[in-house]
Amino acid sequence: MNEIRQATSQSAPMTHRQWLMSDRPQSRLQARLGRAYMTWQRFSANRLAVAGLCIILLLILIAIFADVLAPHSPVIGNLGGARLLPPGSGGYLLGTDDQGRDILSRLLHGSRLTLLVIVLVAIIAAPIGLLVGAISGYAGGWVDAVLMRMTDIFLAFPKLVLALAFVAAMGPGIENAILAIAITSWPPYARIARAETLSVRNSDYIAAVRLMGASPFRIVLRHVMPMCVSSLIVRVTLDMAGIILTAAGLGFLGLGAQPPLPEWGAMIASGRRFILDQWWVATMPGIAILIVSLGFNLLGDGLRDALDPRESGQ
Amino acid sequence: MSTMLTVDDLRVSFPTRTGLIEAVRGVSFTLGRERLGIVGESGSGKSQTGRAIMGLTPAHAKISANKLNFDGIDLLTAPAKTRRALRGSRIAMILQDPKYSLNPVMSIGRQIVETLRTHESVSKREARDRAIAMLEAVQIRDAARVFDLHPHEVSGGMGQRAMIAMMLIAGPELLVADEPTSALDVTVQLEVLGILDKLVSERGMGLIFISHDLRLVSSFCDRVIVMYAGKIVEELAASDLGNAKHPYTQGLLNCMPTLGTNRHPLPVLDRQPEWAL
Amino acid sequence: MTIPETTQLAGRKRARANNWAKSVLRFLVIIITTYLGLLAVTFFIGRVIPIDPVLAVLGDRAPAHVVERTRELMGFNKPLYIQFFIYVRDALTGNFGTSVLTTNPVMTDIRRVFPATLELATFGTIIGSLFGVPLGVLAAVKRGSIADQIVRVVGLVGYSVPIFWLALLSLLLFYAKLRWVAYPGRIDIVYEYSFTPVTGLYLLDSFWQGQWDVFRDVFRHIILPAGLLGYFSLAYISRMTRSFMLNELGQEYIVAARAKGLSETRIIWGHALRNAAVPLVTVIALSYAGLLEGSVLAETVFAWPGLGLYITNSLQNADMNAVLGGTIVIGSVFIAINILSDLLYRTLDPRTRAR
Repeated sequence: MNEIRQATSQSAPMTHRQWLMSDRPQSRLQARLGRAYMTWQRFSANRLAVAGLCIILLLILIAIFADVLAPHSPVIGNLGGARLLPPGSGGYLLGTDDQGRDILSRLLHGSRLTLLVIVLVAIIAAPIGLLVGAISGYAGGWVDAVLMRMTDIFLAFPKLVLALAFVAAMGPGIENAILAIAITSWPPYARIARAETLSVRNSDYIAAVRLMGASPFRIVLRHVMPMCVSSLIVRVTLDMAGIILTAAGLGFLGLGAQPPLPEWGAMIASGRRFILDQWWVATMPGIAILIVSLGFNLLGDGLRDALDPRESGQ
Repeated sequence: MSTMLTVDDLRVSFPTRTGLIEAVRGVSFTLGRERLGIVGESGSGKSQTGRAIMGLTPAHAKISANKLNFDGIDLLTAPAKTRRALRGSRIAMILQDPKYSLNPVMSIGRQIVETLRTHESVSKREARDRAIAMLEAVQIRDAARVFDLHPHEVSGGMGQRAMIAMMLIAGPELLVADEPTSALDVTVQLEVLGILDKLVSERGMGLIFISHDLRLVSSFCDRVIVMYAGKIVEELAASDLGNAKHPYTQGLLNCMPTLGTNRHPLPVLDRQPEWAL
Repeated sequence: MTIPETTQLAGRKRARANNWAKSVLRFLVIIITTYLGLLAVTFFIGRVIPIDPVLAVLGDRAPAHVVERTRELMGFNKPLYIQFFIYVRDALTGNFGTSVLTTNPVMTDIRRVFPATLELATFGTIIGSLFGVPLGVLAAVKRGSIADQIVRVVGLVGYSVPIFWLALLSLLLFYAKLRWVAYPGRIDIVYEYSFTPVTGLYLLDSFWQGQWDVFRDVFRHIILPAGLLGYFSLAYISRMTRSFMLNELGQEYIVAARAKGLSETRIIWGHALRNAAVPLVTVIALSYAGLLEGSVLAETVFAWPGLGLYITNSLQNADMNAVLGGTIVIGSVFIAINILSDLLYRTLDPRTRAR
């Protein structure tokens, strides 16, 4: 990167900004960085989107440093003297639950589970959707017809109920919940990937690659799928909130993470019995879920507007 | 010839994130019951001039003028209600492409009737009869059938005739035609122009004909205004086009290939920055 | 041009009939494959995933001879494709087996509980559309204003909040603290035996029979869960309405409508919304389907005796027949709603009607 900068700065001194905004990039790297910079400019002009990004970054930091940040143990409580304490009392900032556990510590540790769920669902579902969509769009014909019919069938299903049935059959637990959510969330990604593939399939550069003798497998993998990634990322980000809510719903029904894991949905379920007198037990985890899914929704909206200026209007 | 419309130093500008963009910068002209052509390239401000007269400038734009007067009514200070009452009944406008400018989910007949019933209290029966008569006036043969069709069911030429019918049914005195034939096939362009020509002269309307096609405008209008970068660079009688003085107008004229002569390569406009000053 | 107009018309008519037949056929293929797909997935869940489906049905403490007998009775000793065939045949006749929990046929149970869910989701969708569409229109027309921001925030929160949590909090506030609504459940015990529902939609039944005290009681029970579901549907509908309206308001025919001298009210509600209504129908149908599903979580909180509560109760008792039966019924309703919205779309948009 330094070499490039030197090469261009020989002719005229350039600021970083000018180098990035140059409409005659000297290298692929410069073009790529320049485009990323412009996207970032559009993104960062949207204050709500930046707030969303901050929330997500905070979530990640909390998940990493949960051990350091949590003042108490998330699973072992003080059953003798600290059951159902209201927020602020006795050094329990958000109060304690029915087993005398510090709610704040449980929330901090629960961020790891939330992050685990969304990362794993994204890692499983997005590639499936990408592969199905890219193959379907590139192959066309009956392959396309069959794959898209399958996708549409899955799209027509009630996602949450199907996930419930999956978990019911496989047995409760966070791994099965993740699998069930992933299985029910790939179809929209396949749709998007197919649409993007169709738009590049007949372009000249694909024809050129084909003329050079690339196999269909290589074309799809190296030249078609990368084109679908950016719109897929936006869609996955926008879906994250829904995934968190579904996971919390499964946890609430006792089908997700099992006790004593501090999963937020399960925490709401266990606080349900005390809602009339000890409102904070069920309320606090709900606020955590709300903030994180709000963060993903804001981030997703911002990303969509930044990557696709057509949609954002002015 | 009495003056119907007076435009003096009209300015339209759009505030954007990067600053004020001036689309129209001090346009002045007067119009009687005649045909005035406004010519210019895209972005020259000709359409925004037309829309300012109609009162269809977007809400976030700034508009100012020394005088913008229609038949004794000061359009700039007139309340929105007055301007709305003028639109469609006394000043009307024809848009470019009937594919987009007709409401796709409403039948053609209802769209025409709607104009009429907005401005005159007529019975449904009478409105229908007059709409069909108007469709016949724009030379649609099977008018009663077309009345019930939806815009996507008719051709572009027929759609534009329906548009003309919709805009002229309330008998306006001034018509702004914004590229009325640009979106049509060349073969139907002349047909539609002929209909427009006939109706304008029969009803003695004033016409502002906005187009990028200098030849078309000069054959159709009495007077021509040439706009560039939001300003009028030249105003002349249509018959006097050959004597155009401004290099931009000359450039536009020279761009035209003529039959029988070999002109390779066609000259390209050599824009001078001082034209835009 | 040389073809006489009558022949041309006849040809067009024939082409149209042909197209009609083709689209009906396409429709049928979609319905059949989707339904088969639904059955295949539930079959997979019920018979393939569990290591031993008989144990899944009977529980692992059943004696060996019972297990063997049940295996034969349920046809599990047959090859998988024959099992699937039998499964499809049974499902098509509404035979989803017997519920372990209630010992009734699953279909009987579902018939009993489904109206409650239907009533709740329908009421919720009505609330959502009644408020969501005008709010979306307002936000689009006053784009960038305070009103637009408020609608945006209301929508964002609706997208981000866990439904069961909001349900708990709303019970806490409106039932426990303010006493505005009745306690969880569908109807007061007082009326449970004196009131005989006909359709199973209590609001409709009590209204029809003129039992006003029952109607008032039922209303006090349904308003909170329906209002809550309505909020989620409102969030979705208002957001989509806003975006459709912004799209329509930028079209040229709106400029033309202004040039005709129409009032803004007429332009917004008569022209722009009439066009936005075409895709909105699909959105409202989708949100209706979403509420049927969302009721699974809401019903457990509100003790609402519907399909959602039935499914979650069965889940907790590992009653797979009931779970899968409920899943198939909700899936079938989804498919039906999808088809209906497609048909409605076609009648609303003249451009699709002609072809």
